[in-house]
Formats: sequence, structure tokens, C-alpha cells
Amino acid sequence: MILLKGGTVVDPSQQLVRKLDLLVDKGKIASLGKIQAKKSWDIVDASGWVVCPGFIDMHVHLREPGREDKETILSGSQAAAAGGFTSIACMPNTDPVNDSEAITRFIIDRARQVALVNVFPAGAITKGSKGQELAEIGAMVKAGIVAITDDGNPVENNQIMRRALEYSRIFDVLVIDHCEDRQLASGGHMNEGSAATRLGLYGLSRVAEELDVARDVILGRITGGRIHIAHISTQESLFWVRQAKKQGIDVTCEVTPHHFILTDNDIKNYDTNFKMYPPLRTASDVENIIKAISDGTIDCIATDHAPHTSLEKEMPFQEAANGIIGMETAVALAWEFLIRREIVSISRLVELFSINPNRILKLGRGTLAEGAIADVTVIDPDAEMVVDVNEFRSMSRNCPFHGWKLHGVPVMTIVRGKPVFRRGN
Amino acid sequence: MGLSVRHLLGIEDLTLGDIELILKMSTSFKEISSRPIKKVPTLRGKSLINLFFEPSTRTRSSFEIAAKRLGADSINFSVSSSSVSKGETLIDTGKNLKSMKPDIIAIRHPCAGTPQLLAKYCEPTCVVNAGDGLHEHPTQAFLDVLTILDHKKEIKGLNVAIVGDITHSRVARSNVLLLTKLGANVSVCGPPTLIPQGFDSYGVRVGFDMKEAIQGADVVMMLRTQKERQKEVFFPSIKEYFALYGLDEKKMRWARKSAIIMHPGPINRGVEIDPDLAEGKYSVIAEQVTNGVAVRMAILYLLTGVSEDMHL
Repeated sequence: MILLKGGTVVDPSQQLVRKLDLLVDKGKIASLGKIQAKKSWDIVDASGWVVCPGFIDMHVHLREPGREDKETILSGSQAAAAGGFTSIACMPNTDPVNDSEAITRFIIDRARQVALVNVFPAGAITKGSKGQELAEIGAMVKAGIVAITDDGNPVENNQIMRRALEYSRIFDVLVIDHCEDRQLASGGHMNEGSAATRLGLYGLSRVAEELDVARDVILGRITGGRIHIAHISTQESLFWVRQAKKQGIDVTCEVTPHHFILTDNDIKNYDTNFKMYPPLRTASDVENIIKAISDGTIDCIATDHAPHTSLEKEMPFQEAANGIIGMETAVALAWEFLIRREIVSISRLVELFSINPNRILKLGRGTLAEGAIADVTVIDPDAEMVVDVNEFRSMSRNCPFHGWKLHGVPVMTIVRGKPVFRRGN
Repeated sequence: MGLSVRHLLGIEDLTLGDIELILKMSTSFKEISSRPIKKVPTLRGKSLINLFFEPSTRTRSSFEIAAKRLGADSINFSVSSSSVSKGETLIDTGKNLKSMKPDIIAIRHPCAGTPQLLAKYCEPTCVVNAGDGLHEHPTQAFLDVLTILDHKKEIKGLNVAIVGDITHSRVARSNVLLLTKLGANVSVCGPPTLIPQGFDSYGVRVGFDMKEAIQGADVVMMLRTQKERQKEVFFPSIKEYFALYGLDEKKMRWARKSAIIMHPGPINRGVEIDPDLAEGKYSVIAEQVTNGVAVRMAILYLLTGVSEDMHL
């Protein structure tokens, strides 16, 4: 039994922001209140700390099977635990692609054996994520996927996307889309605009994202499927999401920390740790994203944790792999840039990291109510951390925040009642 | 007084002092190429490697001649850009070359930013950017400015029109940076499909009407337009491109009478410029090539940091 004593419990699922003790027993939340400690318990002094329902990162790449030199289910789960995440949803662009019951089962079994956190696989929409034939979504749902997506290889054909959204309704499974019109995006290496022009890099039009977002909400309207826009990055995309939500279309969206902190002007000396899709946008986009985080247009924060070897990153910018890792920095970045700058309340942050991703993925988590699965994230709001990529649990080092000083650090992560991470040991 | 930089990676990094020093030194090196014996021992014992990942005749031979006229050794290292992974090749090549202890590497590469990357891997060798992707081609900008200065008193206040495929031109970018730093009024002009977004952030006028761009110009700089761009849907045909943006006698009348025509070469005759104009009285294209040698001599000299006792 673990007793978290004297922490501030922030749980929007119960409208709670109060100093309470939390007792965890047999993998469940045993009680919440003023609790008399017993000697035999593991007693953690949580005074000054914030105790929240477990954080969920609904967009990560674990690279297993296929690219275990970049990340494995084990190492990725260690990074998640250290970053304060109790659950992660892993994208299907492994090698082979998770487009079948067999691969889904492999990931779930492997995670059961080795992972420190809950691992929920997403399956492919189409076979091989090739955008031509639907994958066996029903079989994958039965095996345990929580969403379908051709992340990184978005479905181009509007008819197939429509069919996928229609078909998804049988299982009420979420359809996640990485929005990028392939023709408009083709050949681009960073956001199109003066920064790209001055670096002599081909620009990737912001409209490539907007077009697909608009398509998706329109298809969402006619199909009734549940559509989730991954890593939204432009103000125009947000416009479509806002409109769609107003019309009652079932659409949700996530944003990554780098897209609400960095801009294309931060790309200096062709540092490939600033290269990802969607690319870093402009200051005006960041401003609009921050606004959308506080007004509720954006539902959650996800990292798009994308591990790559240094070999694939130490290259000319235009040839380097896309993507950065993020699970071990996301919470501190959000705390520094959203809480300390008074953009959102701690309750709202917990919605973004736990309540909403849980609701969207229907994981049966996202609460500290008595009897609930004991997934708990504990943050020390005053602790300072200097990001050091060499200390990461992730196998990869591709992170643009190396050396940044941040405040608000995950100090303890409990998954199904078991402490899987404590800062300092 | 030397340069404020250890490498010549782009015009963007240079101070006005650097620019003036390079121009002054280039002017004094010009004379060597007109001597009967075109060689001085100034850089004897120094070595230059020309590391070219793209085909080039004029820039590579210009660097080679510049090195040789200063008594340095020059080695050409051509790498096929079709190698499996250019990045790995570049870094590995950089490390290997470093072990041979050259003093300078001049690099040309199809990817922007590769001179920076190379500089990181081959310290303490000096790196000169001989053209990186769409990014910069600083020695070209210097030889262009040097050529303009042979015909005009100063750059400040000059009207310069740069016409053609701006998107794919590192020459345009380096020239715009250098000319604006020196106070010229620059207009860039081309079909909107070949002007990248945000180009006005350089502080230049951007348009697609050739008459507007050339009107009152002291310098008309034409850029190479590759025929293949037609297939990439940037314009419908060479004929239409030439009608709108090709330089001919008629369009040249919009410029000042004293205007000069420049072109970084190689010329696509009949695509961007009327062959008669390229050879005609306004043209300074051949002088650009001559000045290229002087500029590269000056840069090799200034980067290797040989002491003040210059033996000309």
C-alpha cells in the first residue's frame, strides 16, 4: 500500500483541487481524504507536490517491432514513466506496420512483459498504411487497438478516408489523422516562409495541413465517425476545428509542446533537432495555439515522440529524419510555458494531459476516484530541471530542448498501483 | 586586421568590415592575373581541396587557378551526388580530408547548410562555401559586386534588377544580401511560381512585371532558368517564359543607357537572354569570370590568415 501524504490533489473528474492524502492498494485508488498512516505502508511525503490522475500521451512512436536501435517498448515505456506518463498510445508505423491482429498482439504481449506503463497500440487504417485497402480494423480492435491512423503516411484518397470513417463506427474506434496534403507538402523541409527562404530550404506549405483538416471535418460530418487531428500546428487548421466543433461534428485535436513553444525562426545552423512534420510554424501560429489551448479548442497535449538515431539526424537538414523525442520533457515544458506563464490553470493542464486523452481514447482512466485504476502522476511544481539529453531513458537523443532550464517536474509515476518512477532514484 | 569569421559560409555572417576587406584585397589581387608570370609565392605550402558534390566547371577551376596563382597546392575531389547517402558521405569525407590536414576546403553541395556541417567535422580547416543548395554562393556575390564596381563608382544607391528563377538561385540570395548590405536598391523579378515566399524579408522589391523591375536599372542581373522547370509546372513553355522574362534589346531599353548586363553562367541562350545581348555592349559576363579568380585569391589569402607581409 502506498500513501501519498499531504499533496494537492488536482482531479477535474471530481472537480477537485484540494490538499488530500491518497491511498493506493491492490492497483486501485483505495481512498482519498484525511488518512491515518500505518507503519507497514509505503508513505510518501507529497507536501508541496501536485497529485493528478495519470497522464496519457496519445501520440508516441516506439519503433518496436523493426527499429529497436531507435527505441523499444521497454525503453519507450521507461521514458514515459520518467516523463510522468502512465499510459501511451503507440503509432502503427513500425516495421512491419501494425495493420494486423498479429502485430497488435505482439505489441500488447511485449508491453505486458516489459513495459513500465500502459501501452495502447493504434492500428493502421489501410494495409501497410499504403492508403489503398482497409486494414482488418475489426480484428485489431478485438486484439486491443484504441485508434486507427496512417500516421506519417496520411490517407490521400478521400473516398478511402470516407470509408474508413464510416467503417470505424462499427467499433466506435477513433480515427487519428496526420493532416498533410502530399502534393502540396512534397519537397518541403520546413515551414514555407521567410525563414525557409533565407536558409535556402524548400518550404512546406501550411495549406497542406489546413486542406486535410478541412477535408477530415467535412468527412466527419457526413460519416459521423470520430476524427482526431494529430499534432495541429497552424492557425487556419484551428479555424476549421473550431467551426466543426461549433457545428457539432465529432472532432478533437492535440498539440505538441514544440508547436506551442518553438517557431521556424528558432531553426539555427541547420540543427536537425528542429526538423519534424508538421514543421515548426510562425510566431503568430504559436500565439493562436496558446489561445486555443486555453479556450478549449485544443483537447490535449501529445508529444509525437519520434526517436531517431544520431546517424539519421547528423545530416544535411533536407536529408535528415523527421521528428523529435518528447516524453521526458513534455510535462516540464507545459508547466513552464502554460502554468508558470499563467495561460491555463493546473486543472486545465490535467484535462489536457489526462482527462481528455482518456475520454477521446476511452481508456477507463483519467480519474483518482475511489475504486479507479491507480494510475497517478505526481509533479513537484517548484523543482527545477535542466534538460540533458544524455540522461534520457529514451534510446534516442533527438531533442531541441537540450540545456533548457524548466520548472515543474514529474517526481513520481504510479501505474496500476505500482510506483514505476521516482525522481532521484 | 583580418576577417571576423574563420570560414566563409555565407554573406549573412559577414560584417561590413569583412566585406570591405574582401573587396579591397580582391582589387589588389586582380593585377597578378594580368602579369606575364601569373604566380606569387604568398600561399606556398598551403593546400586547398575542392570538394564538389555537384558538377561545376567555372567555379571549381576558378578556385583552382586562384590557389595556384598564390602558390598553393590545389586538389580536386569530385564526389558523385548519387551516392547512397549524401550525408554520411559528406561527414565521412570531411573527417577523412581533415586527417590529410588541408588548409582550406571549398565545398559545393546540393543541400543547404552543408558547409556549416563540414566546418563542424573538419576543424581547424577553413571552409569556403562554393554553393550550397538554394542557400548561398558568397564568392559569386563578391565577384559580381567587384564587377559592378569596375563600371560604377559605388554600390550605394544603385538600382539593381535580379530577374529569373529566384526560388532555385543561391546566387540571387547571396547577391541580395551583399548588395543590400552595401546600400543598393534591389528589385527581384520572376514568375510568382519561381519566387519563394517571404523573399521581401531581405528588404528588396519583389514583383513579376519585368518592366517595373528593369525601369531605371543600373544593373540587370539575369539568372539561369533550367529548361526542366517547365516539367515541374513553374511555367508553360520556354517560348512564353522568354516572352515574359527573357532579356532582349527591347526590354533592355527600359533600363538606364549606362546599364550593364550580368549573368552568373552558364547561360541558357534563348531561354533567359538573347544571345546577341549576352555578347553585346552592355554585357560584362566575361569580366565576371575574370574577377572570380581575384575574389577567390583574396578569400583564400584572408582565411589562411597569413601574416601581413604579403609577397606580391
